[in-house]
Amino acid sequence: MNYNWNWGVFFEELPGGEATYWEILLEGVGWTLAVSALAWIIALVLGSVIGTIRTTQSRPLVALGNAWVEFFRNIPLLVQIFLWYFVVPEVSAPLKAWVVQAEPSHVQFLMAVIGLGLFTSARVAEQVRAGIQSLPRGQRAAGMAVGLTTTQTYRFVLLPMAFRIIIPPLTSETMNLIKNSSVALTIGLAELTFRAREMGEYTFNFFEAFSAATLIYIAIAMTANRVMAHVERRVAVPGYIAGGAK
Amino acid sequence: MDNPMIDIRNVSKWYGSFQVLKNCSTQIRKGEVVVVCGPSGSGKSTLIKTVNALEPFQEGEIVVNGIPVHDPKTDLPKLRAKVGMVFQHFELFPHMSIIQNLALAQTKVLGRKQQEAEERGHKLLKRVGLTEHSHKFPGQLSGGQQQRVAIARALAMDPICMLFDEPTSALDPEMINEVLDVMVELAHEGMTMMVVTHEMGFARKVAHRVIFMDEGAIVEDATKEDFFGTPRSDRAQLFLSKILSH
Amino acid sequence: MDFDFDVIQRSLPYLWKGFQYTVQLTGIAALGGMVFGTFLALARLSSIKPLYLTAAGYVNMMRSIPLVLVLFWFFFLVPLILQAITGADRPPQVGAERTAIITFILFEAAYFAEIVRAGIQSISKGQVGAAYALGLTYGQAMRMVILPQAFRNMLPVLLTQTIILFQDTSLVYVISATDFLGAAAKIGQRDGRLVEMYTFVAVAYFVISFTLSYFVKQLQRKVAVIR
Repeated sequence: MNYNWNWGVFFEELPGGEATYWEILLEGVGWTLAVSALAWIIALVLGSVIGTIRTTQSRPLVALGNAWVEFFRNIPLLVQIFLWYFVVPEVSAPLKAWVVQAEPSHVQFLMAVIGLGLFTSARVAEQVRAGIQSLPRGQRAAGMAVGLTTTQTYRFVLLPMAFRIIIPPLTSETMNLIKNSSVALTIGLAELTFRAREMGEYTFNFFEAFSAATLIYIAIAMTANRVMAHVERRVAVPGYIAGGAK
Repeated sequence: MDNPMIDIRNVSKWYGSFQVLKNCSTQIRKGEVVVVCGPSGSGKSTLIKTVNALEPFQEGEIVVNGIPVHDPKTDLPKLRAKVGMVFQHFELFPHMSIIQNLALAQTKVLGRKQQEAEERGHKLLKRVGLTEHSHKFPGQLSGGQQQRVAIARALAMDPICMLFDEPTSALDPEMINEVLDVMVELAHEGMTMMVVTHEMGFARKVAHRVIFMDEGAIVEDATKEDFFGTPRSDRAQLFLSKILSH
Repeated sequence: MDFDFDVIQRSLPYLWKGFQYTVQLTGIAALGGMVFGTFLALARLSSIKPLYLTAAGYVNMMRSIPLVLVLFWFFFLVPLILQAITGADRPPQVGAERTAIITFILFEAAYFAEIVRAGIQSISKGQVGAAYALGLTYGQAMRMVILPQAFRNMLPVLLTQTIILFQDTSLVYVISATDFLGAAAKIGQRDGRLVEMYTFVAVAYFVISFTLSYFVKQLQRKVAVIR
């Protein structure tokens, strides 16, 4: 096998001489984390709302929630991102006007965040719904029996426990989201995987480049895991088996 | 009687094509303690849950202290704030401390200040003998303790009547008495109580009337003396003989 | 904006070819992934330390990094490995389509392994005990008693994972393999009709995935009743 190993390649500079490879990779990491963080906020907020309305007694609300989940769940993420980047600007004139004159990386970032956020919101909605439905039915009854309105019952009784219960599956969703951010490279967003491939193409040191990316993703995943485990411990309810066991 | 506290008139309920309540009628006066008993599946839990509209019903009327429960215009949370309910599985809110459980509905529904709510909570805890546990969480208490807290939670709303849905059925035998003692005291203080239970000792001690239900219908509705003396129906006699033999 | 339905009509033959590749890739990866995944699951559950450590390491690694990166890794590595194995003086041209097949089998195996592992662990220990008590060997117990039950229980989850795999195959775009999406992209770019092509692909994926999950749900209902 004639492969030229060169682990020092990270300190070499790009052909244009703007920066070293490890600096470029770091920039990629920055974009990965930025996209992931913003998409996560969208996914969490929307997903919680959609998941919650799917547990109400209102037929139209449940149908709306189901439609949302089915739509974003049955189309591949890559296709959804393409829809946002290529199709949506064509159907909205004001959007197109902005896209045409805006900085490309801004457009890529926005579309990646929206696409990834909405895609993940459907999955979060599923978790939230399952969490609420796993609570004993008497909890809702007890909340209403003491005079709380439906909204109050959700806010003070059901959702606090449901969110604690779903911390483990939400942790997996967080990891999935971070991994899925790599799909944005297809619309040109210069996140980590994009930069790793770019580095490989310039230097032919693919092994070094991909290894670095792999290690970084693993590090990010482990960190996310630790953070969520910490959150789970902090909000655990004393004496409640599912919420407090560690 | 005029102006009963709870007036149930010809109530019928169906789950799909299955009729679970058949033309039930009874009245409970202020200060009366009425025990509802019967074999499982007789509809007694369903009946008691129609009183505070936790279960809807298709036919008939229920009026609680002059407020029509079946009327779609009735403000149900407001009604429920005045009707206390104790559940078979206690249904304390696991993510809140005991004192918070007692204060929640007082502040959110009755609009009391947090401090006042907690003071009343402490008084009630003293009444049910659980002062030292105010800052613990439900998961850290035994079943009997949790149920006593549940009674206190209902009392914190200053209800005009109390509904008990098999309050001791989920308790280990040695804890049943500590809960029944609280209920007996409540009865002696003149609280209007509707109690679904198998505990005939309790019925004999403090009930004014006993209702026997079977297969969705009220089969017997007699004073305590009449019921335990010579029940008119065979089914009630059969039921009593099974219950009282241990 | 004028939506040109005609371009979709004209491209159907080419799109169909891409779609065939998508289905092929899904099928081979699902089967290969399940077989390899089952072995991984058994390895993870074994008591032989190097075996379960290796299996665990493999599964965790595959599940920690993005599929896109795994595709790049294999696209780069497979020719080199083949060169090392065959001793050729230049890395052979493998082609994106074939690399993708190898990649997906190895990638999906990690996900199937977790499903199968959960399935095996959900079978009561009493079953294993009964099998051994009758004199069956490990292999026989697994093959005749445990795995059949585990697979029946896990069938809905395995099928759902296959539907997810079906959608994931669209990522071969990043190594320029021509699957359903890739075919649509090529036509869209050539004719300047990206809107029509991508919309068509989205609708097609939606209809197919939705229908398949509907059938899985029906299957789940039937299985639940039987049990």
